[in-house]
Amino acid sequence: MKILKLAACVFLVLAALIAEANAQATDWQQISIPPLPTFHPKQPKRIELPNGMIVFLQEDHELPLIDGIARIRGGSRSEPSAKAGMLDMYGEVWRTGGTKTQTGDELDDYLEVRAAKVETGASSDSTTISWSCLKSDFDDVFKVFAELLREPEFRADKLDLAQREMFDAISRRNDDVSDIAQRESAKLAYGKDNPYTRQPEYATVSAATRQDLLNWHHTHVYPNYIILGVVGDFDSAAMEAKLREAFAQWAKGPAFKAPDIKFEPAKPGYYLIPKSDVNQSNIRMVDLGIRKDNPDYFAAQVFNETFGGGFSSRLFRNIRSALGLAYAVGGGIGSAFDHQGIERIAMGTKSQSTVEAIQALDKQIDDLKINPISEDEIKRAKDSILNSFVFNFDSPEKVLRERMAYEFYGYPADFLERFRAGIEKVQPADVQRVVAKYLHKDQMRVLVVGNTSEFDKPLSDLGSVTNIDISIPPPPGEKGASAGSPSP
Amino acid sequence: MGKRDQLQAANVQSVSELHIRRRSAPFGITTLCVICLMAAAAAQDIASFEKRITLKKLDNGLTVLICERPEAPVFSFYTHVDAGSVQDPLDKTGLAHMFEHMAFKGTDTIGTKDYAAEKAALEKVEQAYAAYLRERDKPITRDQNKIKQLEATWQDAVKQANQYVIPNQFTEIIERNGGEDLNASTNYDETNYFYSLPTNRFELWAYLESSRFLHPVMREFYKERNVVIEERRMRTDSNPIGRLLEQFTTAAFQASQYHRPTIGWMSDLNSFSATDAENFFHEYYIPSNMVLTVVGDVKASEAMPIIEKYFARIPSHEKPDERITNEPPQNSERRVVLQEMAQPVYLEGYHRPDYLSPDDAVYDGIANLLSEGRTSRLYRALVRDKKIASDAAGFTGLPGNKYPHLFAFYAFCMPGHKPEEMATAIHEEIDKLKTQDISDDELKMIKTRAKANLIRSLGSNSGLAFELGINQARYDDWRELFRQVDRIDKISKADIRRVANKTFTDNNRTVGIIETAPPPSGQPTKGGE
Repeated sequence: MKILKLAACVFLVLAALIAEANAQATDWQQISIPPLPTFHPKQPKRIELPNGMIVFLQEDHELPLIDGIARIRGGSRSEPSAKAGMLDMYGEVWRTGGTKTQTGDELDDYLEVRAAKVETGASSDSTTISWSCLKSDFDDVFKVFAELLREPEFRADKLDLAQREMFDAISRRNDDVSDIAQRESAKLAYGKDNPYTRQPEYATVSAATRQDLLNWHHTHVYPNYIILGVVGDFDSAAMEAKLREAFAQWAKGPAFKAPDIKFEPAKPGYYLIPKSDVNQSNIRMVDLGIRKDNPDYFAAQVFNETFGGGFSSRLFRNIRSALGLAYAVGGGIGSAFDHQGIERIAMGTKSQSTVEAIQALDKQIDDLKINPISEDEIKRAKDSILNSFVFNFDSPEKVLRERMAYEFYGYPADFLERFRAGIEKVQPADVQRVVAKYLHKDQMRVLVVGNTSEFDKPLSDLGSVTNIDISIPPPPGEKGASAGSPSP
Repeated sequence: MGKRDQLQAANVQSVSELHIRRRSAPFGITTLCVICLMAAAAAQDIASFEKRITLKKLDNGLTVLICERPEAPVFSFYTHVDAGSVQDPLDKTGLAHMFEHMAFKGTDTIGTKDYAAEKAALEKVEQAYAAYLRERDKPITRDQNKIKQLEATWQDAVKQANQYVIPNQFTEIIERNGGEDLNASTNYDETNYFYSLPTNRFELWAYLESSRFLHPVMREFYKERNVVIEERRMRTDSNPIGRLLEQFTTAAFQASQYHRPTIGWMSDLNSFSATDAENFFHEYYIPSNMVLTVVGDVKASEAMPIIEKYFARIPSHEKPDERITNEPPQNSERRVVLQEMAQPVYLEGYHRPDYLSPDDAVYDGIANLLSEGRTSRLYRALVRDKKIASDAAGFTGLPGNKYPHLFAFYAFCMPGHKPEEMATAIHEEIDKLKTQDISDDELKMIKTRAKANLIRSLGSNSGLAFELGINQARYDDWRELFRQVDRIDKISKADIRRVANKTFTDNNRTVGIIETAPPPSGQPTKGGE
């Protein structure tokens, strides 16, 4: 039913486009565009176990593979700030630390001989455990997956290794300018000590213990926190039976409570991180973005496409093609499922055009008032989004991934269809309203990471400048900020 | 990009960074895309592909390969051009990549308001630029006023020509029609153009893709050259690993064209002209030098005539001279040591023969043994056991593989550990390869993994188009994609010892090191590094 409706809508869109194409004159515009064949992307089967675990089964018989991923509620945004980095290590040691019966190294040997993978990881709002294997090895590999899911050991030697790797990452975090710009601009948008942006330090990494990892596991890995997706060459009925057998007896945990996170953006203005070993400035302008369930989301997506989202966008055309000021330039009103995204405009330009480039970006923002995004630009953006819409579900695995995400964030299962409908409805006035509401030049935090001695003009010509110190706090017990090699 | 990717994907330049900032989509499942949830594709042997693949060489020499994969009403393509930066003329490094950028600028009918007038104006730009360059680059008796004047004349001519331009119209048509993952890449060996579209745009695509190689127009060339210069600043000049790779590759290859960076040297980027790019195009972008691969929900019986209708328009001429300079045997170790405000990195490489060498699969096997997964020898030795590196691997194909190239090793030093320790530990592993047979389990693991990796590589239209296309181009037979597994299956323990002994010798080695420089004086650590 749902699928039929979607197909019908796709057809209508295409019919409209054909009419448009035929109306125009030159040769490429006379090439006919037939309607796209009706397409019924296969939806995964959704199963809810009595203990609250959600399972999606997506058959795909093209290759003899079976892959699966469990996404589990709770991630680094909920870790104690004094132990920042703990979830990164949890995501690593969960796998490398092995199970009660096998060490991580033994698992490596067992899996690699089968060219199979079982991997774990952590992100800001969830942790994951996944497998990938040849169909013929499914039982062997699933056994490892299930055991690691239920009874990981987090062996201490692997926590030690993970901590060392974290120390290495900390020591390298200022080596790459674009990494610095991305990280520090996020802090300007969300606040320095925000759970989304705070960074692991030698001290916080050292503070996390094996018991912390075990505790996290025991307070988060409950069936009712889990969404499991399986895709590949299997029979759904048989797979369902196997999964029920594996997980049905698992007792439910308490209800999940998402953390309440407040954002405290830095004050608007100019921020500078001097870096003497580069000849290109990394520029970021940021503000808070929106959530995907915001009614403005669709207009914001259309705006992003027109302003900073592709070869045809204003930023690409004006800053890159016309001025030749940048290779990488773009941006827009960022969004996320369950919190505000980051509105970000990003570009890299030679040191000698740093101020000129910021002024050029400012001019693009100002110009949105003088020359609002036109009907034509909006039409183009909508065409682009809607005509490429099919790429959102052109493989069974993509359909599965989307359904899992909507389930995870409590979005409607047909969010993709709503998205298409929402985009179609966007009018110039909506885009104007969104621009007026979310894009304010004087509300931006403008960050420059660059070689100040080569700038065309001092950044302070634009306004007052705050220097950001990114030197790395030394490990506990060591003196002085370390630019060189700390040896914790 | 992770540090591993940055080293291994070295030397690939693209027209756009769009993949990192393309609409993040409502469905952007950022936390999930890091996990490999493999998509699946068609069955995995030659026989099943034989049924779905149609190969045709057009009269003008263009090779066309169509693979039917009716999964969803979309298709992907790769246009493989057998010309990379190795083909850059001597004093015009970066030109192959520059032309790749220009192939997005439109044609005589797309991107112009009045092509006849624009053509005349572009000719004037070239004349003015040549006059400017002659004066600018005079070794003696240079006249600064005259340079300024000539530069102004050139810039005026550019302005004149720009009034006929419809900016970015070529890419706009593709985007409006639902183009996905629109990009191109140039490396040392070849240039690739690619994107995906819904199948009802097939004929439009055939028109667009053939037109850009039938009549590309070098409009807005000098602005785009600045864009490319920014790309160089981003990837190389302002990036410690980029700087290391450029210095390292340049040291390892002294005669071979691999000596010269794909992105180009700054002075060449500031000198070559639109005329140079056009000449490069005419010499190398000929149908017999190109392979066009289409994969998706298309029927060859319908698609091939459409492709012929449009691509047969591209005129053919003699294949260009393919000779390159052979790198003479290296007879002493070479070292480059960079003092950087960055943490230490160790890199070393050994010359090996090109991809057509009978030992090619043995090198792949060695790379697999040393680097793939948590059981890999370098991970276990340097990361897990000695705890001196946060990442270590050996890989082949630096900086390309069409010509004799390098088998390379790298390690990122753990805090407190020095590059020399990486060298010692890597050499211990190399010695093991030379003196002891690898185990039965390891040999089996390499072979099983090669088969599984092949299956997993068949999981998307674009991945398949790339793999089939490059195999067709390199071996004149797409089936080599599948035969590579057979070749790895034939590797013996003795092969690995023999190849290791032959390749990994002291004199054949080039070393590249990043050492951490002390912070510059006057700006100790405050806000600096």
